[in-house]
Amino acid sequence: MSSPTPNHDDVVHSEPFLRSLMRRQLALSIACAATFLVALLGLPLLNYFAPVFMATRVAGFTLSWLILGVLFFPFVWIISYVFIKRSLRLEEAEVQELRR
Amino acid sequence: MNLHLAFFGGVDPWIFTFSFITVAVTLWMGFRSAKTSKTASDFFVAGRSVSVGWNASAISGEYLSAASFMGIAGMVMSSGYDALWYPVCYACGYLFLLLFIAGPLRRFGAYTIPDFAEGRFDSPMFRKIAVCFVLFIGFFYTMPQMKGAGVTLAYIFPGLPYWVGVVLVGAVITLNVALGGMKGITLVQAVQYWIKLFAITVPVFVLMAVVGFYNGQVGANVAPGETATAASGIQASASPSTGIERKPLVAKAPADTAWIAPFGPLTTKAVNAAAAALPVEQRATFLTEHQKPYSLVYTYSLIIALVCGTAGLPHILVRFYTNPDGVAAKKTTMWVMILIGVFYVFPPVFGVIGRNLMPELYSGVGAKGTDKVVLELPTLISAKYGVVGSILSGITCAGAFAAFMSTFSGLLVSMTGALAHDVYGRMLRPKSSSAERMVAFKLAAILIGGVAVTLGCFVEPLEINFMVGQAFAIAAASYFPLLFMSVWWRGMTMKGAATGMLTGGLCALGAAALTNLGTLALDKGPMGKIFANFAPLNGYWAEHPLLRILCEQPAIWSVPLAITLMIVVSKATSDQVPADIRMKMLVLHAPEKLGLKQEYIQDHQAGAGH
Repeated sequence: MSSPTPNHDDVVHSEPFLRSLMRRQLALSIACAATFLVALLGLPLLNYFAPVFMATRVAGFTLSWLILGVLFFPFVWIISYVFIKRSLRLEEAEVQELRR
Repeated sequence: MNLHLAFFGGVDPWIFTFSFITVAVTLWMGFRSAKTSKTASDFFVAGRSVSVGWNASAISGEYLSAASFMGIAGMVMSSGYDALWYPVCYACGYLFLLLFIAGPLRRFGAYTIPDFAEGRFDSPMFRKIAVCFVLFIGFFYTMPQMKGAGVTLAYIFPGLPYWVGVVLVGAVITLNVALGGMKGITLVQAVQYWIKLFAITVPVFVLMAVVGFYNGQVGANVAPGETATAASGIQASASPSTGIERKPLVAKAPADTAWIAPFGPLTTKAVNAAAAALPVEQRATFLTEHQKPYSLVYTYSLIIALVCGTAGLPHILVRFYTNPDGVAAKKTTMWVMILIGVFYVFPPVFGVIGRNLMPELYSGVGAKGTDKVVLELPTLISAKYGVVGSILSGITCAGAFAAFMSTFSGLLVSMTGALAHDVYGRMLRPKSSSAERMVAFKLAAILIGGVAVTLGCFVEPLEINFMVGQAFAIAAASYFPLLFMSVWWRGMTMKGAATGMLTGGLCALGAAALTNLGTLALDKGPMGKIFANFAPLNGYWAEHPLLRILCEQPAIWSVPLAITLMIVVSKATSDQVPADIRMKMLVLHAPEKLGLKQEYIQDHQAGAGH
């Protein structure tokens, strides 16, 4: 393991690189997770504090039923689509930065 | 041989044909791929070369179990709105997997979770602990699949005892896995996803075209605050506002307002039981004080269990290793979410229509209760369209077969993998040859299949979906904290990880077991006699409804407990953080294009010092 290492390896193995790498990826993940959690954990609260509003009829469904039984799925697809787009871009940027 | 005649007397030829074709195709594909599965790698991770499309279909096929196919519909029928959390969280849990775990785990590259546990902490000891948990969670998750098998076969062959179905299906899948390994089931499961989607959507749309659409069917139930028009639910009548026909509800069915609104029968069960034990004059005040807050706790605990549990199910995680790289792992997860999301819209429709048109199922118990609404409902249109009803029922039966067969085979592969790869290959005989390991794989499959079938025979009185929820709660308190924390926190030590995972997992396991024993003690059949000793448990819970809820849904305390223990113990043993932790973290998080993995392996082999 004593072979001379190319210059970019030093950057890769440096502490600041790992920190910035993890921080950027975690920030993205947490932002997406927060959006999701607000909706997921907020819905029971709405049911709890505004039961009459959530029982409003929307085309036969109650509002709460419509949100949970139907609309939640596309909502999650959008979040995951945005996450994958951004995280792949992030990885690409990291590789580019090192190659420069 | 009268018994035999009774079995086949009431068999509908269409239902039998469709189910038989599904089983035959599964077996045929298993045998066929057995010929191409040659190496140990084929057996364990399908040669790590499964394309995104195939892998996403296979993960979805494996994930959509008997609980998804039959259990959710049954639970929506029996509990209403609250049961909707199950399909939503089953699907949304994948988001957590995608955001925090899928990419890093694949980059780290290991055959199984125990491999990850050992690699991340350089601890063979931790591998053994992780293996035990693969088996624990796996067995908990096979029980509902076995019940699905028993229910479906008892439906196809009226008069067939529940246990015969369990044994028959268990034997078939075990044979399949023993022959084909992972590569075999990847193909089978991918095909089974599409069978299941077909089998749920076609009958749903035909049914809705005949009896009225989803929204109308929900609309026929009176929501809180509305006045009951057209004596809804009381008489068999068509409501003038929606034109939806309803049959009168039976005594055991929950009332409209409780069923359609949040915090209904599922989440308020414990409080209602407690109120029933009180003197009459105290009941009303007790209910208003405790019912809603406690059901909110129940709801949150259920959400945590399902979302975190999805991210921790061993048989799902092992699939991420069959992706060629981390980018493919992420793309696969995206597709899985779309595939299962599309599926999960439909099972509740069966539950809703079942409530309006087949209320007699509320009176049934075990294999004859609401869990079979998916199978039974298509026969409704037989009256109008004759044979179409039988064909549709046959299609849903085929879907149910695909459901419990694919999930059970997936579980069997991951558990067999744990036993053959980790216990035999790493612990007992590290020097065994590839051929010996393949023999071990086959023997382990038979052993685990046998245990799963035995357990399956005991669980007829328990609700399918509920049992799956428990498996999720255990995974949520053990594997999820382990994976999440070890991927994102470099300060984790083996002792911290093991303490947190074991305590969280065992607490959740214990709580789930207590709940089940209490339920089994109430059973009126033979199970009730076996478990009669646990009846006082129910009396205790009637006095302490909150404890009952925390026992039934332990995730709200067990997940934070596991994470806290991991942090505290890791801090206390911080001198034991693996020496090359920075390199490990780089491998987990750096883009694969940088090629750090190869470097890590070289370092590791050099460092191991032969």
